[in-house]
Parts: sequence; C-alpha cells; structure tokens
Amino acid sequence: MTLHRLRSERFRDSADEALSDAELQANLAKLRGNFLARRARARDSLPEFDALVDEAVGIKNHVLDHLDTYLVAFEEAVEASGGTVHWARDDAEARRVVLQICRDAGASTVTKGKTMVSEEIGLNDWLDEAGIEAVETDLGEYIVQLAGETPSHIIAPAIHKNRRQISALFNHHHKNLPDREADDLDGLLADARQMLRGRFLAADVGITGANFLIAETGQTVIVTNEGNGDLTQLLSGVHVVLAGIEKIVPTLEDASTLLRLLARSATGQDMTSYTTFSAGPRRHDDHDGPDSFHVVLVDNGRTGLLGGPNRDLLRCIRCGCCLNACPVYAKVGGHAYGSPYSGPVGAALTPSLAGLASTSHLPNASSLCGRCEEVCPMRIPLPGILRRLRNEEAERGASPPVMRTGLQLWSVIAARPWIYRVLTSLTTRLLAAMGRRRGHLPRLPLTRAWTRTRDLASPAGATFQSRWKAGERP
Amino acid sequence: MSDARHAILSRIREASLPGRERDATARLRRHRRNLQPECARSSDAELIDVFVRKAEAVQASVVRVAGLEDVPPEVSRYLRHRNLPAHVAVAPHDDLESMDWAAMTITAERRKPLDSDHCGVNRAFCAVAESGTLIMTSGPDSPSTMNFLPETHIAVLKESDIVGAAEDVWDRLRASGRASAGSLPRTVNMITGVSRTGDIEQTIQTGVHGPRHLHIVLVKET
Repeated sequence: MTLHRLRSERFRDSADEALSDAELQANLAKLRGNFLARRARARDSLPEFDALVDEAVGIKNHVLDHLDTYLVAFEEAVEASGGTVHWARDDAEARRVVLQICRDAGASTVTKGKTMVSEEIGLNDWLDEAGIEAVETDLGEYIVQLAGETPSHIIAPAIHKNRRQISALFNHHHKNLPDREADDLDGLLADARQMLRGRFLAADVGITGANFLIAETGQTVIVTNEGNGDLTQLLSGVHVVLAGIEKIVPTLEDASTLLRLLARSATGQDMTSYTTFSAGPRRHDDHDGPDSFHVVLVDNGRTGLLGGPNRDLLRCIRCGCCLNACPVYAKVGGHAYGSPYSGPVGAALTPSLAGLASTSHLPNASSLCGRCEEVCPMRIPLPGILRRLRNEEAERGASPPVMRTGLQLWSVIAARPWIYRVLTSLTTRLLAAMGRRRGHLPRLPLTRAWTRTRDLASPAGATFQSRWKAGERP
Repeated sequence: MSDARHAILSRIREASLPGRERDATARLRRHRRNLQPECARSSDAELIDVFVRKAEAVQASVVRVAGLEDVPPEVSRYLRHRNLPAHVAVAPHDDLESMDWAAMTITAERRKPLDSDHCGVNRAFCAVAESGTLIMTSGPDSPSTMNFLPETHIAVLKESDIVGAAEDVWDRLRASGRASAGSLPRTVNMITGVSRTGDIEQTIQTGVHGPRHLHIVLVKET
C-alpha cells in the first residue's frame, strides 16, 4: 500500500523551509493555543470526561478484537437498506472502485465532503486524470484545492493560510465575482457559498468520509460544522462513502459515547453543528437524497497494524487534538510531514502504514514531551509508539553514522558518572563564559541545525549537580 | 471485488486478537448504554430549560408558544422582525399542513425546498436537552434538504418531544419501528446550532453552506 504524494523523506528540508517562511510562522503563531484552550474548557465542563475516555477506549479495543464480525454485520445492514459495500485492499483498488462508480453514473463532476481517506489514496488527482472534476466543498479544503495544495491540519485544512492569501486565491479563481478586500471576511464567505452552492446543485456524485460506521444499523456518520457534507450527499444522485475499516462501532449507543468526546477534543464544542446518520439510498417516498449509496471499506495498511505493537493507532478518531498540543507541529506546520496525516499521530501513523523506509525522519519529529498522549481522547500512547519506531529504525541500521557514533559516545559518557560530571561541568563553564555578554549563543560548532533558526541560551555557570552539592535548594 | 473482501477479512482473522469473545454480535442486539454523564440526565422538569439554554448557546433562537395554531403568527412575527418576505417553504407534515398560514398573509408552499427559498419550515422528530440538538428524520413529511438549503431554518418542536440524552433518541426511533436496517430513515440529522466555519484564520463565521439562522418554535401542547 502507499500513501499518496508521500514526501516524508524530505522532512528535514521541508521543516527548514517552514521555519524560514516568515508568513507561515506568523500564521501558525497566531493560531497556537486557540483550539487547545477551547478543548480544555469543554473538558472541564464535563466532569465525566476522563471516565468517558476510558469507556471509549474500551469500545474501540473491543471493535478491533472483533473487526471481522462487525464489518460483516455492517455490510449486511447496509445491503438491507439498499446500499452496496465495496472492499479495497489498498489505495489503487479504492481509486478503481470509486472511478467505476463515477463512470457507471456517467459523472462529469463530483462534490466532496471532507475525507482523509481520499487524501490517503489521492482520489482528486486520479479523478482529474480520468476527466472527472472533483470539487472540495469544506471551506478549508476548497481553499487548499484552489491553491493546489493539500490540507495541513486534519480538522482545519487551511490553517496555514491567512486572509490575505485566501482573498488573493478567491480573486484569482472567482472570475465572475468582483474582487474582495482581505478584511472582507463576510464577503469572502458569501463568495464561497455562492460558488459552491452551484457545484452542489450540479454534481453527479457526492463523496464523503465517515467518522463512524455503525454495525448495528449500517449507517455511516459524518460530523461537520458547515453542512457541506450534507449538501454533498443530498443533492447528487450517488452518495459514495470512503471509510477506513477501523471506523466501525457496534451500536448507536457506542457512537453516542464517542460523539461526546469527538467535538470536545477537536474544537471544544459539545456537538458540532451537524452530525448526520446516512442509511442506503433515498426511500421510494422520500423527497430528496441519493438514488444509490456506496460504502468503500478501505484497508490500505490498517490490517497490518492490527496484530502488531502499534495497533493502538487504530483507535484514532482524527480529532486533531494531538496536532494542536504538539510543539513541533506548531513550528513546522502540517505540510512538512509530507503525509496526509501530520503532527504526532501523523508521525506515528505514516510510518506504520507506509513503512519506515520512506518515512524514517517522522518518528524523530517529536520532542517526546508527551502532551499529545495527555490530550488524546483515545489514550493512544503516541510517544511510546514513536520511541518504538525509532528503535526499529536503529535496528534496521538505517540511521546516519554520525548519529549512531554520537549516541554510542553518549552512552559511554552517561554510564560513567565521573566522566559525565567532569565533562558537563567543563562545558557549562565554557558556554557560560562564551555567552556572558549576550546571555545567549548565536552560533556554536556542531549545533548549526539548532542555532540557524534560534539562539542557544547560555548556561548560568554551574551544573545542577554541583549546585545541589553546594547546598542550593529550590 | 469479493477477492478484496476475502483478503481483508482473512488478514483480520490472522492477527492476534487478545480480547476476542465467542459471539460479539450479541452486543448489537442489547443496545446497552455506556456511561451517561450527569448533563444527559436532566429531570423531566428541567428538560425544557436545559434544551433552551443549550440551543441558545449555539446561536439558535427559541420562542415558546402555547399550541400549534400559534405557529403561523410566530413565524409571521419572526419574518417581520428579521425583515424577510412573507414567503416560506413548508414541509408536507400533517401538523404544518393543517395550519392557517393564509390568515397571517404568509405564502406557504408545501413542498421540498428550492435553492431560491430563503426560509424553510419543518417539524423536528425530537430534540436532545444535553446538547441543545434537534433531531430531524427524512421521510415523506420531512425533506432533509429543508435543514440545509434555505438561509433561515424554522423548526417546530413539541415540548413533549424533548429528551435528555442522545441515547433516548435511539430508543424513540426503535419504539417507532424505524431503527433497524431496512426500516431506518435514509437520513437522521442531529442539528446543533447553525452552519459555521472557522476556516479563515479561525474566525467563527456562520452560514457557510447551510442556514445562517435557526429559529426553534417550541410548542407546549402535547
């Protein structure tokens, strides 16, 4: 299996580029903390939050233990509602299935609600090559599509763009509409509404993702704030749902438990504006809804995780919370990861799905500070998984020789207290003397990677151990 | 395609699955509730107040009236207040069809909404106090597009249809015989507030694709 447009091997270069992109840094800085503060408020106003997390983890683990059973039950239920289930082993198979459905429908245009699986399999490029126009309808996805980019955040795809960049894109692409000033946010929104409303009404096929698949009823569930996923499925003749096989939950009750955590973790809302349960095509006496309903169950590497040590990743509900908590993501942004999945979960999931050979830098794109695990509503042990992937990488012998030698040297020093004490005490005093005038060191041999984008604070003059020995106490 | 099905299911069965039970499908029939948080357990007396408070917190407006016959006057008042034309699309639901719209000089067209409709009126299946959420189910008396196409959405809800928790909705659907595959409504919409986005610099903006205004007319009569 492969992930579309995977460029994770470039991580170090992409991260450098991101760090020296002043506009991107300003955009990322402005947004930092916003989501997290709202999540904290939502969590604090629900006293049972942690207990619900425990239950949700239990539900997901139970599903993974019985994934085959529930997938088969889901398939039966979808068929009982008049829908069709397709299975796709990998990205290529998923693309073929969707293209065939579009061809059978004689489709020339497709509208799309937000789907991460579509990013995984590179559906838009594929449809485009086949002469079918795919239009992203989530506002953030629409913006990145106009820019020829990919989403940089699971729930906020255009978080890396500011209003000036967005208005420039709209002014360039909305040729039949008058130009907008960057500060005319209402006008920008009205233009997007008008452009996309026309697309909804004209589309032949509507493609959405799924936040949950309910085994009991055969319903697919999407969670949105804009309502674009609804117009996508209600106004076109064919509704195609793209979903990873791990999205299954047993019952409506189980979905309700997970829903109490999803929006709170993602945006800090109790519920998003629209949570929609879809079952099969329109009934004979319905006024609207699609004439046919297809669910494509995509494996694309997921079964490979199931029996392995990283299977906890399959609990992920794509709330994006770990991205918001991550100090690395906050500096480099989502595109640097070179994968549809960025941030801590991306750094763990991308190598787990696509293999370490092409993604070896990603497990290192973390300070292992643990904030991601702290906020994860599915209690995914992300730092542990990243550490395990680093081990794997080292065992493969694929890490660079400088790094291996450096670490060997370090293990010699760290295992011998007297060498450690002498060396750190010397280094500390040396660095303190060098940085005395400014309080920081703008340049230092062997640390160019650090000092290129930031100064190194100079130490106060003595090591912690020597100050402790001298009787100093906090 | 059945090759893919077989291959995926085989791969799952080959993985070691430590907590495997003999018959997991029993869970599908039990409908056992998981932990119900305090906020989902309002007493009957509190239900209405909690719902109104929660719905207003997500930018819906709520007005309470005594009976179904008071709905057209309230809609008329609301349209005048918002300076909107007295022209609405009304879902073909018995409760709404029997209303005297003409007396209020409102042109009410009983049909599914069109792109050109600025205001649509439909009837909620029920509502959830916990989150201030309306539940709309598709059917001959309730086109789902009514919830999304018009810029102003007016939902008529009976007080007796407010339940405490999301799980109560599923019990209601099951009791009405519409919760098993084959009998389900094609679409069940949970609607919590208006259409919104934060995609431009995380500035919250409303009415991006769906309604910019959600007005709930809460009817006392049971």
